[in-house]
Amino acid sequence: MKFMLNGAERTLDVDGQMPLLWALRDVVGLTGTKFGCGAALCGACTVHVDGTPVRSCQTAVADVEGKSVTTIEGVSGEVGNAVVAAWRKLDVVQCGYCQSGQIMSAVGLLSENRKPTDADIDAAMDGNVCRCATYQRIRAAIHEAASNLA
Amino acid sequence: MHIIKPDQYARMLAQLAPATAASRRGFLKGGAALAGALVIGVHLAPRGAMAAAKDDGPMPNAFVRIAPDNTVTVLIKHLDMGQGVTTGLTTIVAEELDADWGQMRAEFAPANPALYNNLAFGPVQGTGGSTSVANSWEQLRKAGAAARHMLVAAAAERWKVPASSISIEKGVLTSGSNRATFGELSADAAKQAVPKEVRLKEPKDFKLIGTRLPRLDSADKTDGKAIYALDIRRPGMLTALIKRPDRFGASVKSFDASAAKKVPGVVDVVTVPAGIVVLAQNTWAAMQGRDALADIVWDEAKAESRGTAELLDEYRKLAGTPGKPAARRGDAAKGLAGAAKTVDLDFAFPYLAHAPMEPLNCVIEKTGDGVTIWAGSQFQTVEQAVVAGILGLKPEQVKIETQWAGGSFGRRANPPADYMAEAATILKAIDGKAPVHLVWTREDDIKGGFYRPLFVHKVQAGITSDGRIAGWRQRIVGQSFIVGTPFEPVIVKEDIDGTSVEGSADSPYAIADFEVDLHTVKVGVPTLWWRSVGHTHTAHVMEVTIDELARAAGKDPVAFRTELLKEHPRHLGVLKLLAEKGEWGKPAGPGKGRGIALHESFDTVVGSIVDVSVVDGRIKVDKVVCALDCGIAVNPDVVAAQIEGGIGFGLGAALHDEITLDKGVVEQANFDTYVPLRISEMPKIEVHIVPSANAPTGVGEPGVPVIAPALSNAIFDATGKRLYSLPFKLDEFKAT
Repeated sequence: MKFMLNGAERTLDVDGQMPLLWALRDVVGLTGTKFGCGAALCGACTVHVDGTPVRSCQTAVADVEGKSVTTIEGVSGEVGNAVVAAWRKLDVVQCGYCQSGQIMSAVGLLSENRKPTDADIDAAMDGNVCRCATYQRIRAAIHEAASNLA
Repeated sequence: MHIIKPDQYARMLAQLAPATAASRRGFLKGGAALAGALVIGVHLAPRGAMAAAKDDGPMPNAFVRIAPDNTVTVLIKHLDMGQGVTTGLTTIVAEELDADWGQMRAEFAPANPALYNNLAFGPVQGTGGSTSVANSWEQLRKAGAAARHMLVAAAAERWKVPASSISIEKGVLTSGSNRATFGELSADAAKQAVPKEVRLKEPKDFKLIGTRLPRLDSADKTDGKAIYALDIRRPGMLTALIKRPDRFGASVKSFDASAAKKVPGVVDVVTVPAGIVVLAQNTWAAMQGRDALADIVWDEAKAESRGTAELLDEYRKLAGTPGKPAARRGDAAKGLAGAAKTVDLDFAFPYLAHAPMEPLNCVIEKTGDGVTIWAGSQFQTVEQAVVAGILGLKPEQVKIETQWAGGSFGRRANPPADYMAEAATILKAIDGKAPVHLVWTREDDIKGGFYRPLFVHKVQAGITSDGRIAGWRQRIVGQSFIVGTPFEPVIVKEDIDGTSVEGSADSPYAIADFEVDLHTVKVGVPTLWWRSVGHTHTAHVMEVTIDELARAAGKDPVAFRTELLKEHPRHLGVLKLLAEKGEWGKPAGPGKGRGIALHESFDTVVGSIVDVSVVDGRIKVDKVVCALDCGIAVNPDVVAAQIEGGIGFGLGAALHDEITLDKGVVEQANFDTYVPLRISEMPKIEVHIVPSANAPTGVGEPGVPVIAPALSNAIFDATGKRLYSLPFKLDEFKAT
């Protein structure tokens, strides 16, 4: 299986049906992408495939062949940097475990919509569970990143 | 009420000791030939000058390490599961040291109860009861002040000036034209005698404590670098998944592993008391292998087979009869008999899973003369004792490398140390031939027990003709998670488990004729403390009942509480600030409602005012205003985050969380059926802290208990309909 991973070409010798999540974590050794539910119900495993947020626990490695995958370790660019900076400025994190996925979803949202309303944020981020309930700060950080991108 | 006191922990540990001796069974001998093949990693960074130079006392070397590169590292004896203790504890040291925040670092301390015990837990290292900052407060201030004293002494010696001429600001010592950083003095400071006595700052002189310093963990938790136990990778490590029975208390009788063993990557299939273990080279293979196990027959002779409906029936019947006395004051029967009005209220609370985002997991590996465990370790001393007992080691031969934990909410601190015990039994079953990473899937977690127990409360209370409380009779029915653990003989007194009645039996309300009874029932469902423990249910019962009594008396709920709390200035201070910030006097407006709740837990008083609106027959939670008295707020922003999170966590339980059983089988499995709070349901939350110069008290848990009752009271205000039992059903409402 050959694909781009965080900007570099990568070839993996694994069963194509292996979920991308486990290929990243157990084979490549990139552990920033998290396992939360294994059923696309929590968003902790969110990565970008060709710029679009997907749940890597429900994406087979075979499905990303020839595509470009970005994980939390590869977040960069104007939007990515603004989101990470806002997360740090507002100290969004508590346990931090879901935050890789939250950040990947937020980058996805702001890449499509530079001025999201609270309702836009709630709609885009509702698939990302945070048991620490950092949601209020997630909303604020997305607004903060948006204002810095304007 | 503290759930467990230091002397109780000490006696609990003594209970664990015989198990260690009895099961010593040559684990080390059995696998000795393989030990040399394993690579032993050094996880902790090399110790700096101060720590290396002294090992004769706990301070300052056990907690503070000043390196020649001018960094100051604080050894964190507690688990950071999101509550921000790495930041808070480091701030306490930095304050007394007069360090610059930019030079401060934090590192998890090793498992060593002689140095790193929780002072609130006596001889036990562990995190819980919202005690991390409170128990460390004086200890770390002294550690910081002692390190400061040694730096000053080193500078005085080097510069040949009196110590009194030296001042420190932002990590730089000066005296006249002399100037040196901590790093430049670290080696000399390490040679100074540790002071016997140190003078601590007056709170008015604090420069860092009380300010919004940035969290130390924000950077690593936003770029994928933070390492949790699930991210630990060891050479040759095998991932282990356990196939568990559907019913609690069942055990495996027979199964067919032939298909599982054919799955590429599956290395071994073994059985342990918890179930059938599939070991594989990666997680995906282990999952497929577990799914391929066939023809499994469980022995259910000892299994729990009752469902939630049957249990609730039994509990409700018991609630109609007197139980064991947990609190007695005056004469409740007489008070009730003379009441002008009475209320008779029934409450039910479901089993609750903790569901931390990082599923339970740990790595265990044979190292040196024992084993090393990498985990989000919350109860180090108990875990060492349990694992040592299983493997025939001494507790000190069980090393624990504590990692960031992806949430816990109580789940990772467990008297039987369940998941670590499972990992140890698996390592033993394979003779220690490879490091084992035991991983629970989300389904294992939701179905795996150790829930907040199911509880039923029945309250009869009355009001006199002049609007005072005439009598209060409360009966509580539920399981004890202390019974059956090493804590039982220590904690359960005259059949009362304090964790079942805290928040009710010790209520601060001035109720003259007051009785609380407890029925402790035995059910084969494993249960455990859940963020804020007994207060998860008692606060709701108290605050909803008080609200009803206020309305029955025709009194304002804030005025009613104020009258009942005259002897409790901290409660009154919180209530006053809360009423002001929550605009209590103002009408909520048409189609809207406002409710209040106030509760003390873990030595902290928290109140909340909830605003709701009725939209298309559904309740929407608009805003939550909180006020609290937690003593000195070491970091007000982290305190606010804990209260915001506590409210969100409690709101999830108020609206959704529920574990139910059908004939003993758990009906939920993942986040589709065990429904977590999501961002679209998160209200705006404001947090206001009562200024205080008193020592800090807990903040991790006390936000949780006040949301459900304040919400119930707000819904009543908006609709005239009262919700007693959790989770609430919020459909089909009409505004009054």
